[in-house]
Parts: sequence; structure tokens; C-alpha cells
Amino acid sequence: MDFIPVLKEGLPYVFKGTWVTLVVVAGALAVGLSIGLPLAVGTVYGPRWLRRLIDLYVWFFRGVPLLVLLFLFYFGIFPFLGLDLSAFVVAVIVLGCISGAYQSQILRGAILSVPEGQMKAARAVGMSDLQAIGLIILPQALRLAIPGWSNEYAILLKDSAVTYALGVAEIMARAHHVASRTYQHLPIYISAGVLFMGLTYVGTRLLAVLHKKVRIKGYA
Amino acid sequence: MIPDELFFLYRDLAPALIRGAAVSVRLILPSAVLGFACGVLAGSCRVYGFSLLRWAAEAYVAVFRGFPLLVQLYIWYFGMPRLGLYLTPYEAAVLGFTLCSGAYHSEYIRGALLSIKRGQILAAQAIGMSRLQTLRHIILPQAVRRALPGCGNEWIYLIKYSSLAYMVTCIELTGEGKIVASSTFKYTEVFAAVGFVYLLFVTLATWILKGLEKRLTLPGFEFHRV
Amino acid sequence: METILQVREIRKRYGNKEIVKGVSLSVRRGEIKVLIGPSGAGKSTLLQMINFLVFPDDGDVFLEGRRIDPGRKRELCAYRQQVGMIFQEFNLFDHLTALGNVEIGLVRVKKMDKKAARLRAMAELERVGLGDHAGKYPAELSGGQKQRVSIARALALDPKVMLLDEPTSALDPELIGEVHAVIRELGASGMTMIMATHQISFARALAHEMIFMEDGRIVEQGPPDIILDEARCARTREFCAKIGELGGRP
Repeated sequence: MDFIPVLKEGLPYVFKGTWVTLVVVAGALAVGLSIGLPLAVGTVYGPRWLRRLIDLYVWFFRGVPLLVLLFLFYFGIFPFLGLDLSAFVVAVIVLGCISGAYQSQILRGAILSVPEGQMKAARAVGMSDLQAIGLIILPQALRLAIPGWSNEYAILLKDSAVTYALGVAEIMARAHHVASRTYQHLPIYISAGVLFMGLTYVGTRLLAVLHKKVRIKGYA
Repeated sequence: MIPDELFFLYRDLAPALIRGAAVSVRLILPSAVLGFACGVLAGSCRVYGFSLLRWAAEAYVAVFRGFPLLVQLYIWYFGMPRLGLYLTPYEAAVLGFTLCSGAYHSEYIRGALLSIKRGQILAAQAIGMSRLQTLRHIILPQAVRRALPGCGNEWIYLIKYSSLAYMVTCIELTGEGKIVASSTFKYTEVFAAVGFVYLLFVTLATWILKGLEKRLTLPGFEFHRV
Repeated sequence: METILQVREIRKRYGNKEIVKGVSLSVRRGEIKVLIGPSGAGKSTLLQMINFLVFPDDGDVFLEGRRIDPGRKRELCAYRQQVGMIFQEFNLFDHLTALGNVEIGLVRVKKMDKKAARLRAMAELERVGLGDHAGKYPAELSGGQKQRVSIARALALDPKVMLLDEPTSALDPELIGEVHAVIRELGASGMTMIMATHQISFARALAHEMIFMEDGRIVEQGPPDIILDEARCARTREFCAKIGELGGRP
């Protein structure tokens, strides 16, 4: 039980990483949505060449490992472009780009499950295609996409631990920091794991509540 | 300029990438097979096991899906020596990948087993099949088809997540890339090349899975891959 | 003729509800017995208990005078091969073709060699009029065709008795005829059968004996004309009259 005092001292430091982790995840989700939404609309309604281009984007960001992308952008592409971005910002951008690829797939599925008659009816009342998508299709599709987001949140949360490789001071980095100074690796990493599990649980519950809140009566 | 680049590619990068890719493959293949076996075991326990076994399998899945893979790898590599278990980086990585992907596989296996209608089992019994024959000739052929898309995605994830082995100092593709990049400062070129190799792996695996799905597809057992 | 299958005082209880309350019956070789009675009477449970798809809480089953011990797996499997079962929901193996469904019992259970099994399975499919659908999967067959394949699957194992659990209840009306034709032919060839059904006119033409079941018990049994027209028991008369209104009388 010699690890108890160490945990008492070290864990608050680890737990403070929660905020960093959550900001990274929230940022990535937001970046991912702002990429994924236009991509999804593009794949469903866009011309052939645009769909090809989007497929290429999705193929790339779904095919290359997160760690490699982090290294590529942090050490390679951004410095090459003369951008001096902090590890934190790069982490949000890279996770966001990846999430954008996945979110485009989630939203594509959601858009396609909005009944076809909705689009026809919108056109029939004289809306332009853009209005129809923005005012009729998306408000329904975004509701349908919430379970997918919940899943995406859980994945991003766990993936955010990898940003520790760039030195982002999130939970994992702090856990490693404390562990390597105190040699109490096992209890500290287990605590970090439990913390991640807890955050996953809380987040998915909140999204479930949101899902219920925005539910339209009688809408499956 | 160009000969210089070619020289770099030929002398430094290509050998390192080939070396690293070989290690990655040696990480991925056993983890894929063992992880799937682990998933079949856990999934079967969750569906058919008696209460204690089922509870244990549920707990396993909750923990190994709940902890980030990186945390799991650190527990195996840095944490286990405390309990007297000293693993090499390679062993820790394979163990970590196996147990983590096993938890995810078990979700798909469970779903597949639950989707088999009771009538199928009744009919097998009615023509005199033993429990083992029913499992082998009726349940498995159907369950494999239902679980394949999910498990296939899991194998593709595994290819990508194998890069995390570098974090526990198992020098595979990403690690070899990092070493070359750090010594030559050609980060963009090196990691673009590394990323390309992963893309190759992932694309190849996707093709193989598509081929497999095509071979296994039957009326009533169609696959819908996006 | 000698008794081939005998059921003695068989019972089944789920929770505190007794579904089958001590039923006995015996079937002679070549005899056709039809079970009638309202839904929930225990007909289906009784049939499923006869080949131990549902394990009875109490009571015995004898095949050709030998008591079956369902605890002995090998004996149970051997027994089930000799008792063909037709389900209401067909229960064809979804991942196998029509031919595969008929073949699998021969190859895997009877350990017949593949060529002989294929020939036999083809012959059975032709017997039920589906020779040219052998390569189709269940998802590609109509309900009536599925049920005929399932009959071929059972016949391929040379059963001594066939149990049919409402074989046409899940079928659209226009598909019932083809399945009835196959069952009629089966009866004409001398197959011993126990069938639960709601198709009274079909049953009347086919059955040697009718058994009216209600609330887990056999209420009355006898020749179909007696049961349907001159039943002694009021409940039987009432049930038959209701069924008769639905076009049961020929």
C-alpha cells in the first residue's frame, strides 16, 4: 500500500489534465463537424468530381494512423509552411481532420435516412436546393446523427491520449510524468484509465440527454 | 538536388521503412488472429456463459473498451514489472493489441450470435445434430457472416493502432520513420512515406475483406460496406 | 398393426403455469393422428416434447417399445433422426441452399458419403416437386417452397414418424395447397404422422384419428367424423362449430 500517499499527491495533478483533454476533444469535435458537415452534403448532393475528392480525403484520414499524422503535421507540414503552431493546436487540428472524415460518414448516413419525400416537399413549396438542405434536411439529419456523435466522442476521448506524444499536457502526459518520477506506474495508469472511462460515461450520458431533448415527438 | 533526394530515399529511407514494415506486420498478424480468438471466446461467454462467466466477460469488455489503448500498453509495459511480469516491447504490444481488439471483436461476435434465430438451432436438433455439430455446421457459418463487417473494421483499426507500439519502444514502421526523420530533419518526406505505407496496408486489407465478403455473400446474407 | 410411438403421462410446466398436464397417446405404424384445439392448448409443446426439443418435466416416450432416455446425448441424437419434425416457421438453415438443407443431415449426421447423399437429397427434393430449385437459398424461396424443402429435409433421414407442427399456419392462403398436396401424398405412402393443424377439412380427409386438446389435456379423441360431427363433449362441439364456420365442412 506504499502507493497510496503517492496517489494522493500525484492524482490531483493528473486529474487537472481532464480540462486539457476535454478541450482537445471538444475542439476536435467542433473542427470535425465543420469539416464533416460540408463533406457529407457534398457526398450526397455534390457532382461526381466533388464526391471523388471527398472520397480521397476520407480515404487518407481514415487510413493513416493518428500518431503518424501528428508527427507529419507537427514536425513536418506546419513548420514547412512556416506556421509555428503549439502542440495543443496541432493536436486539435489533426484530431479534427480525422474526426471530420468519420463525421462525414455519420452525417451522410443520417442525411440518407431522412425520407426522400422531405426534399420533394421542400422543393414543392418553392425552396431552393440549398434552402431545402439547410432548413429541412439537416435539422432532421443532425438529430439522427447524435448517437453517431456519442460514439465519435468516446473514440476521440481515447484517441486524445495519443497527443501526449507531442507533449500536450493532457491526462496521459501527466500520468506518465507522475509515474516516471514516482515509479508507481501501475496504480497511476489504472487511475488514468478509470478517469477516461468515467469521462466516456459522463459524456455519452449527456449526449443521450441531449438526444432526448431535441427529439421530435413521434419521430423515430 | 534530385540525386540527393534519391540518394536519401535509397540509402536511408527505403531500408528503414522495409525493416519497420516487417516489424509492423509481425505485430499486426498475431494480434489480429489472437484478438479475434479472444473476441470469439468473450463473445460466446457473454451470450452462452453461465452467470459468473458472463459477468467476467462483460467486465473484461467494459474495461478494455473503456481504457485508451495507449494507457493499456503503458500498463502492460511500464506497470506490469511491479507485479513481476517483465515483457519485451514487442510482447507488451502484441498482448495490448490482442486484449483490446478482443474486447471490440466480442461486440460483433455477440451481436452475430444473438442474431441467429432459435428456430435454426431447433431444426438442427430435430434432425439429430449434436451440440458440437450444431455449433460447427449451423451457428458458426451464419455467425461468421454476420460478424465479418464489424470484425473486418476492427482489423483495419488494428493496422492503424499498431503504430502505438512505438510508444512502448517497439520500433516498427512509425518508430523507424521517427528515427530517420530525427536524424535527417526530413520530417515531411519521411512521415508522408510512412503514412503512405499504412495507407497501402489499410487499402490492401480493405480489398481482401471485400473479396472475402464477396465470396461469403449469400442470398439473405448480404454485406453493406460503405 | 403394432404401436410405433408411445407417449405416457407427459407433462410440462413453465413457471407456475402447467402447459401440458399429463398427456398419453400412442400411434400405430402408418397411422395419422391430427391434433386440433385452440391456440395455447399445448399442441405445439406436446409435439416438441415428443422429440425432446422441449424437455418434459415428467413422463416417458417410447419408440418401438424402447424408452428414450434424453439424458444420453448419443441416443437422443439417434432417436431424433428417426422422428422427423416440421416446424410452423420452416426453420430452414438460412446459409444453405435447398439441396444443402436436405443434404446436411445425411452427410453430417448419418455420415453418408457425399455423392450418395447428393443423389438422395435430389430425389427427396424431386419428390416434393422442387428438383429445379435445388440451388436456391431460403431467402429466394416462397413460404410454400420453404416448407416443402423442410419436409424433404426430414424425409431424407428415413424417419419412422413425422411430427408436423401447424405446417401451413405461416403460409399465405394461396400457398397452402402445394404443402397439403405433399402431406397428402406422404400419408398415401403410408407414413406415420402426428400433425397439429387448424385446417379442419384437410384434417378430416387425412386423419385416421383426431385428438381434441384444450388447456394441456386431451379432451376427446376418435375418428374424424365422430369428433367433428357428433362429439360427446360440449367444448369439442363448440370448437368444431366455430372452426366449421370458417369453411371447415367439406
